[in-house]
Amino acid sequence: MTAGAVTTARAAPGGPAHRPLDASLGAQLRRADRGRQIRALLLVAPLLLFLFVNFALPLVLMLAKSIDGREEARALARTGAALASWDGRSAVPDAAAKALVADLGDLRGTPALSMVANRLNYDVNGMRSLVLKTARRLPPSGDATLAALGSIDPLWQRPEQWAAVLRATDRITSFHVLAAVDARRDPAGGITMLPPQQGVMREIFLRTFWIASVVTLACIVLGYPVAYLIASATPGWASVMMMAVLLPFWTSLLVRTSAWVVLLQTNGIVNKGLQGLGLTSAPVPLVFNRTGAYIALIHVLLPFMILPIYSIMKSVKPDYVRAAVSLGASPVTAFRRVYLPLTLPGLASGTLLVFVSALGFYITPALIGGAGDQMIGFFIAYYINDTVNWGMAAALGGLLLLSTAVVFLVYTWLAGSSSPAWRS
Amino acid sequence: MAGGLLVAGLAELSAVSLARNGRNAASLPQRAFTIGLHTFGWGVLLFLVLPLLVVVPLSFNAGSFLTYPLSGISGRWYADLAASPSWSKAFRNSFFVGIITTVLATGLGTAAALGIKRLGAGRAKWISLVILSPIIVPVVITAVGVYFLYAPFGLVSSFTGLILAHTVLAAPFVVITVAATLDGFDPNLLRAAASCGASPFVAFRRVMLPLIMPGVVSGAIFAFAISFDDIVMALFLAGPEQRTLPVQMFNGVREEISPTITAAATLLVVLAVILLGIVEYLRKRSRRLGIAAADAGQH
Repeated sequence: MTAGAVTTARAAPGGPAHRPLDASLGAQLRRADRGRQIRALLLVAPLLLFLFVNFALPLVLMLAKSIDGREEARALARTGAALASWDGRSAVPDAAAKALVADLGDLRGTPALSMVANRLNYDVNGMRSLVLKTARRLPPSGDATLAALGSIDPLWQRPEQWAAVLRATDRITSFHVLAAVDARRDPAGGITMLPPQQGVMREIFLRTFWIASVVTLACIVLGYPVAYLIASATPGWASVMMMAVLLPFWTSLLVRTSAWVVLLQTNGIVNKGLQGLGLTSAPVPLVFNRTGAYIALIHVLLPFMILPIYSIMKSVKPDYVRAAVSLGASPVTAFRRVYLPLTLPGLASGTLLVFVSALGFYITPALIGGAGDQMIGFFIAYYINDTVNWGMAAALGGLLLLSTAVVFLVYTWLAGSSSPAWRS
Repeated sequence: MAGGLLVAGLAELSAVSLARNGRNAASLPQRAFTIGLHTFGWGVLLFLVLPLLVVVPLSFNAGSFLTYPLSGISGRWYADLAASPSWSKAFRNSFFVGIITTVLATGLGTAAALGIKRLGAGRAKWISLVILSPIIVPVVITAVGVYFLYAPFGLVSSFTGLILAHTVLAAPFVVITVAATLDGFDPNLLRAAASCGASPFVAFRRVMLPLIMPGVVSGAIFAFAISFDDIVMALFLAGPEQRTLPVQMFNGVREEISPTITAAATLLVVLAVILLGIVEYLRKRSRRLGIAAADAGQH
């Protein structure tokens, strides 16, 4: 009744009375809607705030750390000023030697001396001992010349050491980021790549991408048919098979990795089996090398491939393929033209998940791989926990973050631009 | 060899059951394809469960070599585990950190999921992307950043730091799980409660919460599993006093892999079975309830 009355009132043509009523109703609705949105935001706010402090801020801090050279620059302030006009090749002015002696004199006996010595050592090997030795035997400031430093150690006569000192005096430094890709800035301002035998980081990045690609490909080849098998099985069998996928998924990573070490070791079960079958006479090295790392990584990441593909396959009606076949398509054509495009979104999200997870992995390769199979994550942890080179860890972390972001953007770009099947 | 037989047998069985379901007799290439697919598929599934199947019996081995045949059945490695102060401490630490993380992540995550469902589509999309990003960013990167942030505040080598970091990893999973349950929730139920005179809080507590509870519990179990399984954050943030089970196992595998580790591993497999069982039960139950509710709605 009332609803009908309201409708007629609003439908009445041109009456001046309905306009304010309408406007106030609209305002009320808008206000109610705004209130609902504000309450919704209040519910989301605690988690957003929590993640801002404990996730976003840390990432920003890490990126900042990778270019932060303020401490070193402050410790070597006078040397930096004296070297500002040096061209990097000619003899170092005596003023710079004098400034360095003054800076080192102030640093002597403080923890900052060790910090500066370490920072220079990351750049040119051997500079830690050079700096510490020089600081112990500083000449009096009156005759602090290049020659006097040279008599402490002839290394001070060479421009390489001074170039390293100059690089350490930038407040905002590209040193760590460049070092993370085996490059450095020369005093003239250009960027030079380190010779291959000195640089290891490019190889480690290539290796990380290679391992991640191999593992992803293997997961596609192994996972797609399994997902199909589960999706097409009777409910009883499907739940048995699903357990086989979900149980490892729920089991601790460390359990799975240590199980593989047990299985694959020299006198382990796999080697005994291979010998029992007469496939090999001597144990095959399967652990602490690339083979072991691949096996364990594929095992850990395979459920991440199977589950998204399976959930898409469940939603694809078998009628489509049947229709294609009844229209004369061969099974291969029906698969290629109908089933594969329909299941592509699952394949794509599985690939993204596996590839991105593989890029950041380091526990499994650390336990089951050899020295030459370590991925970028291992070195990030190494620079934090073992050598306390925070700048380098931050720079490597930044590059890994960038790689992940690029992979993710490529995925969303592909997902947005190709066939409609991607978008669902 | 036993594994090969198992695969062949299971493949045959499931292939037969599939063939029975299909009405018409399959052609030869189709049969070959079906048998090939089943053999391959069961082989991969065996690969997935093999490590777990192999480790569990080894933990009952009387001898100290990690290989078959077992030299007798004994519980000595479990006794070893129970007697070791460092292992019991690791168990205690893992449960402590896991439980507090679960409480924090479930609270924050459930509230956020409820909020996201009420937001407009545009806002909801962006906020979900932000909330889910800790899953996408490699943990080692988050760990480095968190280490830099916590170090000046003395939160490195502290339970507080470890729990906060685990909550970052766990909360997104709670949001995903609870949001999925909310998709099946009929908002008319809340309107019905309100029209019967319930305040929004009472309607939430008496009508909505019981219905979404399976999702919240699943989310909580996910959160616990994430914290219990994490090793990367723990390697960065746990000192000797906070050493968790994964760290203890990591050190054990690194030094010399001993049967004691297989005993700990077996306990963790049992825990995984329990957690998986609860989540699957809740999933099936809530699906049944959802279908029942949908049916009731149609009549």
